[in-house]
Amino acid sequence: MQKEQILEVQNVVKHFDISGGILDQLRFNKGKIYLEKKTVKALNGVSLTINKGETFSVVGESGCGKSTLGRTILGLYPPNKGQIFFKGNRIDNLSPKKMLPFRTKMQMIFQDPYASLNPRKTVRTTLEEPIRFHQPSLSKKEIKEKVEEIMAQVGVDPGWADRYPHEFSGGQRQRISIARALMVDPEFIVADEPISALDVSIQAQILNLLMEAQEKRNLSYLFITHDLSVVEHISSRVAVMYLGRICEMGPTENLFDSPRHPYTQALLSAIPKLGETGLKHIKLKGEVPTPIHLPSGCVFHLRCPHANERCKKEIPELITLDNQTQVACHGVEEKRI
Amino acid sequence: MDKLLEVKDLVVKFALRTGTLTALNGINFSLLPGERMGLVGESGAGKSVAGFSIINLISKPGFIAGGEVIFEGEDISKYNFEQMRSIRGNKISMIFQDPMMTLNPVLTIGTQMTETLLAHKQMSKEEATEIAIECLKKVYIPSPETRLKQYPHEFSGGMRQRIVIAISLLTTPKLIIADEPTTALDVTIQAEIMDLLLELCIKEKMGLILITHDLGVVSQTTQKIAVMYAGRIVEKGKTLDIITNPKHPYTQGLIKALPQTHKKGEKLYQIPGIMPNLNQIPSGCPFHPRCTFKKDICSQIEPSLKSVDKGEVACHLYA
Amino acid sequence: MSTKWQQFKNSYFFHSFIHDKVAIVSFVVLVMLVVCSFSAPIIAPHDPYDTTTIDVLDAETPPIWMEGGNPNFLLGTDAQGRDILSTMLYGMRVSLLIGLGAVFLQAFLGVVIGLIAGYFGGKLDSLLMRLADVQLSFSTLMVAIFISAIFQAFFGINKYEELAVPFLIIVIGLAEWPQYARTVRASVLAEKKKEYVEAAKVIGFGSGRIMWKHILPNTLSPILVISTIQVANAIMSEAALSFLGLGMPVTKPSLGSLINSGFEYIFSGSWWITIFPGILLVILILVINLLGDWLRDVLNPKLYKG
Repeated sequence: MQKEQILEVQNVVKHFDISGGILDQLRFNKGKIYLEKKTVKALNGVSLTINKGETFSVVGESGCGKSTLGRTILGLYPPNKGQIFFKGNRIDNLSPKKMLPFRTKMQMIFQDPYASLNPRKTVRTTLEEPIRFHQPSLSKKEIKEKVEEIMAQVGVDPGWADRYPHEFSGGQRQRISIARALMVDPEFIVADEPISALDVSIQAQILNLLMEAQEKRNLSYLFITHDLSVVEHISSRVAVMYLGRICEMGPTENLFDSPRHPYTQALLSAIPKLGETGLKHIKLKGEVPTPIHLPSGCVFHLRCPHANERCKKEIPELITLDNQTQVACHGVEEKRI
Repeated sequence: MDKLLEVKDLVVKFALRTGTLTALNGINFSLLPGERMGLVGESGAGKSVAGFSIINLISKPGFIAGGEVIFEGEDISKYNFEQMRSIRGNKISMIFQDPMMTLNPVLTIGTQMTETLLAHKQMSKEEATEIAIECLKKVYIPSPETRLKQYPHEFSGGMRQRIVIAISLLTTPKLIIADEPTTALDVTIQAEIMDLLLELCIKEKMGLILITHDLGVVSQTTQKIAVMYAGRIVEKGKTLDIITNPKHPYTQGLIKALPQTHKKGEKLYQIPGIMPNLNQIPSGCPFHPRCTFKKDICSQIEPSLKSVDKGEVACHLYA
Repeated sequence: MSTKWQQFKNSYFFHSFIHDKVAIVSFVVLVMLVVCSFSAPIIAPHDPYDTTTIDVLDAETPPIWMEGGNPNFLLGTDAQGRDILSTMLYGMRVSLLIGLGAVFLQAFLGVVIGLIAGYFGGKLDSLLMRLADVQLSFSTLMVAIFISAIFQAFFGINKYEELAVPFLIIVIGLAEWPQYARTVRASVLAEKKKEYVEAAKVIGFGSGRIMWKHILPNTLSPILVISTIQVANAIMSEAALSFLGLGMPVTKPSLGSLINSGFEYIFSGSWWITIFPGILLVILILVINLLGDWLRDVLNPKLYKG
């Protein structure tokens, strides 16, 4: 089967300057006054491609840059380096006006159902606004019909369109948030932890809704989450991120069946499993370093049980293995692990 | 063996201007010394209220409207503030979801730890510091002597939760109530913290009430489970029994809804509807509007907990 | 329409209002004062602006219940023979007009500057906020004294009397915008981190639309709360300026200039010229502040009472 690419990310770097004003940057050391810049190195050269109609998951722990990746792709943050292509068109350097046609093609679903809807707007206004903005030629009646159609699709009673977000439960708000994204008929959706703020029984409802919408509209998802059991269930391919780099990437089954990167192994072993008593996870030493001071060489070497001298100095590149997964690890390359 | 804790017909109400809400509708459970129990439910089920009401930490407009909380043979629900203080943070410790609820951001953790000790025990400051270091060692915090002089913001989220656990260990409590202790943490850190809690409970023979929505975490750490729905316990039993063979349709739904129990890409089982608000609890069985097995009786008479097989279930299906 | 009314009646806002006696009393008093002052030309027994009806022979008539009182002048007259009651009503109208006008100007400037500073951040934010700091380090009085001195030198005292009301509105409005700018900026900083703002960006809305249509409506509560306090402050600033002789001229007195004009006579026994406008000013400021306190409690559920 020929796979059509919808999104390509090439070597994207995103650093945030958090050093503040000139006065905050002033440092005094050994009789010298100098300015020190502090940057959060959120993304350090990330490349991936997403095919049409697939769910590509990005997993990792807080601070690994997965949310930044999603937001950079959508142009909420301009990347410092690298290129982003949507269906072959470069989009990372466009002016807001030139970006507009792509805005209808790429949408986002957010984590917090309480903060992602404007509390002062009714559901109808929230849903009508995007389509009025992008398709001003539509008549009032057409817009109204579209709102009702989409609301019914996501399972919210269209009769409730004139209510405010606070009158809905968390799950319903998330449905409305999905409806807002679907209003402009996108082809690609970034879903940033869309279910992690919801209750267990509601999570299943929202996941089903997302899968249904994908089937009906041939949507592609970039699914950002820390919940590995959800990833295993819904995604076709997965990328595991650590400190702004992809350490392992590949088809879901292959990656879950035989994780190669030591970090992926530790992450997978930490999933709490039903019906298993006691804990048998791989223990890592130390903690995730801050993305302000990245470790030299492989970003994971401080916590890695297999690290050697080379890992401390040389940054590993992604290498493709026999089972189509890509791993960035010297140990795997040298066949030590 | 004598029970460590027994909660009998505990009722908690909230007096609001729109009327009185019943947050806990007569719940019963007990715990043996060193036993670990999970209180499982979704938000609004009343699981946190249950945890708080054990040490009478219900803030206004909530109040305990009936029932007993018997801890080491005494009904502590009738204790006054002073008496309760000798129990809270001493014989019963609490761990919250957000470690910063427990930690004071402007005091070093050393000060906070010794203060807790001095409040409950007669001892010198030096002795207190020694115990504090001992406890930090127990939760595997490296170089505890220097760490004592640091402030909470100098620690990462996982470390803070370790410190909170260390503080709860100071007075060698008999029971720890942990309210979603790992929800705010990453997977690998969550595993470490649960590991630690489990190890400490076994080593120090402490009872544990783990309040959580995560069935995976509960199944790995506890011996028994109480499943809560709309302020009631709807199912109780041994952890493994409930996970492998749930009886109540709600418990069945919760477990069936997990992606782990499905084939890849398959549509997930979903419980229809949402948990009712406390002011709109349906008549009869509170779960009946969402239940796929409902009968006529379900909307009329509320089922009570009855023994079925090895556990207890409140459901008319087993009458 | 009836449903809207029903909704309002069931709202928390209305509920907390009818259960708060202080709020009800303050509200009633404020409404009475506002109605009286704006209908002054109809209800006042005399017209203090009409010089033909004023007789210097009536000057310093004490209130009606004192010896020498005149039934024509309920609260007595001032040094020029004007009826105190009528002058107070007209004066309160001027005070309220300046207070409200100044607050509108402050709010406009402050909201625009606060929104821009908060939303765009960075150097622009630093610049605007330092500007606010500088502005705040001059007191309202200093600014007013400075500007009015220039103004009077430029246009002459006669012209000044004509333009006094807009002049005072501008002076007080310019002096206090930083209050709004800071409040608005703080809430914009909190709001712009929320995901609904990101959602609006993903849809492709421009900055202006996001600022005005999405963020601004969510910062209205704090704006409303400080507005009540600022109205009271503006009225007081105007009174202070007028008391110092830099505000409203004696021919068109506000409450402040009334208090000032009677001040010379207070030791000669004509206390009523100063005391009655003084009491009215205190009541006016008090009820506005009490309402403001109540509003703050209602709109900020995180703030618990006692």
